[in-house]
Amino acid sequence: MTDLLLDIRGVSKRFGGLQALSDVTLAVPRGHIVGLIGPNGAGKTTLFNVITGLYVPDDGQFLLDGKPYSPTAVHLVAAAGIARTFQNIRLFGSMTALENVMVGRHVRTSAGILGAVLRTPAQRTEERAIRDQALAILEFVGIAGMANHTARTLSYGDQRRLEIARALATEPRLLALDEPAAGMNATEKQSLRGLLERILQRGTTILLIEHDVKLVMGLCDRVTVLDQGRCIAEGLPADVRLDPAVIEAYLGTTPEGSAHA
Amino acid sequence: MDIFFQQVLNGLVLGSVYALVALGYTMVYGILQLINFAHGEVLMVGAMTAVTVVNLLQKSAPGIPGPILLIIGIGCAIPVCIALSLVIERVAYRPLRNAPRLAPLITAIGASIVIQTLAMMIWKPNPIVFPDLLSTEPIELGGALLAPKQALILVVSAVMMGGLLLLVYRTRLGRAMRATAENPRIAALMGVDANRVIALTFAIGAALAAVAGVLVAMNYNIAQFAMGFMPGLKAFTAAVLGGIGNLAGAVVGGLLLGIIESLGAGYIGDLTGGFLGSHYQDIFAFVVLIGVLLLRPSGLLGERVADRA
Amino acid sequence: MPEGATPGHWRRALGIGLIAIALVALPFVAGLAGNSWVRILDFALLYIMLALGLNIVVGYAGLLDLGYIAFYAVGAYLYALLSSPHLIEQFEWIAQALPNGMHAGIWLILPLGAGLAAAFGILLGAPTLKLRGDYLAIVTLGFGEIIRIFLNNLNAPANLTNGPQGISNIDSVSLFGLNLGKKIVLGSPETGSLEISSVTMYYFLFLALTLLLLVVSVRLQDSRIGRAWVAIREDEIAARAMGINTRNVKLLAFALGASFGGISGALFAAFQGFVSPESFTLNESIVIVAMVVLGGMGHIPGVILGAVLLYAIPETLRHVARPVQESLFGAELIPAEALRMLLFGLSMMLIMLVRPAGLWPAAQRQGS
Repeated sequence: MTDLLLDIRGVSKRFGGLQALSDVTLAVPRGHIVGLIGPNGAGKTTLFNVITGLYVPDDGQFLLDGKPYSPTAVHLVAAAGIARTFQNIRLFGSMTALENVMVGRHVRTSAGILGAVLRTPAQRTEERAIRDQALAILEFVGIAGMANHTARTLSYGDQRRLEIARALATEPRLLALDEPAAGMNATEKQSLRGLLERILQRGTTILLIEHDVKLVMGLCDRVTVLDQGRCIAEGLPADVRLDPAVIEAYLGTTPEGSAHA
Repeated sequence: MDIFFQQVLNGLVLGSVYALVALGYTMVYGILQLINFAHGEVLMVGAMTAVTVVNLLQKSAPGIPGPILLIIGIGCAIPVCIALSLVIERVAYRPLRNAPRLAPLITAIGASIVIQTLAMMIWKPNPIVFPDLLSTEPIELGGALLAPKQALILVVSAVMMGGLLLLVYRTRLGRAMRATAENPRIAALMGVDANRVIALTFAIGAALAAVAGVLVAMNYNIAQFAMGFMPGLKAFTAAVLGGIGNLAGAVVGGLLLGIIESLGAGYIGDLTGGFLGSHYQDIFAFVVLIGVLLLRPSGLLGERVADRA
Repeated sequence: MPEGATPGHWRRALGIGLIAIALVALPFVAGLAGNSWVRILDFALLYIMLALGLNIVVGYAGLLDLGYIAFYAVGAYLYALLSSPHLIEQFEWIAQALPNGMHAGIWLILPLGAGLAAAFGILLGAPTLKLRGDYLAIVTLGFGEIIRIFLNNLNAPANLTNGPQGISNIDSVSLFGLNLGKKIVLGSPETGSLEISSVTMYYFLFLALTLLLLVVSVRLQDSRIGRAWVAIREDEIAARAMGINTRNVKLLAFALGASFGGISGALFAAFQGFVSPESFTLNESIVIVAMVVLGGMGHIPGVILGAVLLYAIPETLRHVARPVQESLFGAELIPAEALRMLLFGLSMMLIMLVRPAGLWPAAQRQGS
């Protein structure tokens, strides 16, 4: 296997009586795009939340870029190089699109109260840089025209892009997207696919939860399938798609027909 | 040891009143996830109404025995408080059901101020004496003394709490209330009219607060426009202590807080080597509140609050 | 800095110039009607400072603090204790250590007060960090009350705060040799003399500090920390996911907001010459919250407007209510204080129902 950016083994998480994750393994090779799929309730978002520090796992070994990684405090995750988006878009609604992305720069910048109040040359330089970088990212993502619009007034598609832009502003090594295509029509999904490919080209690794199997198959280099908290398949999209365990998980015991879109 | 038992007894009396008011807070929070900041004022209005009625009757019809006057006082306080509470719900909370959480809190504070000021204007700022309506001959109970009015508080509170538990767990209305508290949307699908259930919840809480108000006024022989704030705050603490949204928790929390306050006030001098005196009593409630929220935010018996998706 | 003067720049400079002239002239104009009107200006400035401070906590960071007046009290009592004979009278050893009396002076006390209040801000804020909005409000309310109760009772066994009687004989501010407590007379009987009253001098001191705090507020707003605060207010989980250390950033909000309170508290003590726990009740905390919320949470001009309206109107009412009612109805139906609180509570309810963003919220930029 090529060198792994994220190497997770044996992750388990229990909530009261529910075993949400059992001995889950996930391998995300550097520079690739990995899809995480599975029927509803399979534990995909739970796994995401474990990776990004929202839940503390009962068990598991994590290696980020070859080094041990324990995602205990959520705010340290971004500093470590993992940025995420959320299933239900979590933007800073009353801030403009530009400001949202500028917040993304927080973790890579350092001006504090003193710098802010005294407007030191260092702080002013940093502020200018933050603004310029944020604009550049909005441009890259394709919504530069919305820079000064209040985030909550943006269209659904633009909001999703904005969330991705904000995550990119943290200069992540791994971009973790939770159902970025949810609620999008075919055109929007094409557009999103283009964006994700451009992000990959820039060298960012992507991990993606998606329900749109067609999108995942067309885009991802590797796919991991979860069902009821367990890994039931992993590998190339074409192989996974024909895996009987996967088909059964999605469709029940009739191993027939293509996976739903 | 005698003092200890006496203080515990006093604490139970105090705590019963807290429990009555805490039930109101906890029921509203369970259904609306809202702290009914104005609840303490409902207590005050109950007390003021009763004291006015009692004093009026005593002057105009001096032959009526004390206990009857008390019953009439309570009987008048309850409908007034229910009406007040329904108005508050309709005007200050209902329009803001979908607003950010800050909004109803602010209107509640505003409503609280308005009610207090109106009370001050109607009844004048000076405290009004609540006459002794029962005999003042103390009852002996295992080395401690219990005034008849204190005994009455214990009995009345127990009866009302029992009634409430019956209502909530044995009647159709109670089921509707519990369902709405768990999941309002599903309850609505089952045919429960949320607005009606919410109004009834407020009304029941108000009735309990009305009785509590009269009991407080009776216990301290005094009623005044500003008397609602502290008991309200303490009752809220009790509700949180027991587990907000949890009825049994409100009762347990109330009784426990009463005992803590009573013992604390009694022993604080000894505990702090004379540094802090009993006028620090009010602090206990705050300290308990802060302690609970820091150490065990779901309360002793656990929170029962609907999930906010 | 822009090169070349554009018409927009001239207009702005003119606007600022006019405002500056108005602000300077204001106390003299008001003074013509009597010193009590200048006092109203002075207190209005104090409230503006308080509102700006609370704006950082409530407006920027979204943390509903119902006990903010405690920081005002900290600043006030610090000044009182360090600039009055109280401690010297109570403690033999202090009297011996300071034979010239306890006169710490404003230059020392302002930063000290700001710092002490900030420390209290962190102390009071730290336990609340994980609490939901409602609970946070109640706990901060509790803290405010605890402070007041302590101030009211710390007169035994050692008399620190002199309990309900408060501390009096507090020095007025002494700046550059000038005693702000006494009016000054410029010029002479021959050339024509200008009298500057004490309250007017205090006005300028308060104005200077208000402007300072205003500049600090504006700079914080458009900064990395300011954005972090708003991010936390809007969606704390997303803020954390973006790498913001929400715990520390919230504590910063508490500390900074509290420091504003400490500064204005110190000024208040010097101005009034006397402090007692009565000035630091829950009602006051609520008033300041109302100023921020009604004015326009997080929006500096709105907050200032809120402070001015919610202080000036009730104060004017107090002067005016009785005579107006007497002339209209022949008697005073509603006492001024009651009228003030009534309007207060009603406006809090109305604003939330009708215009929840406040009277003067930040402009929203429509999109899409």
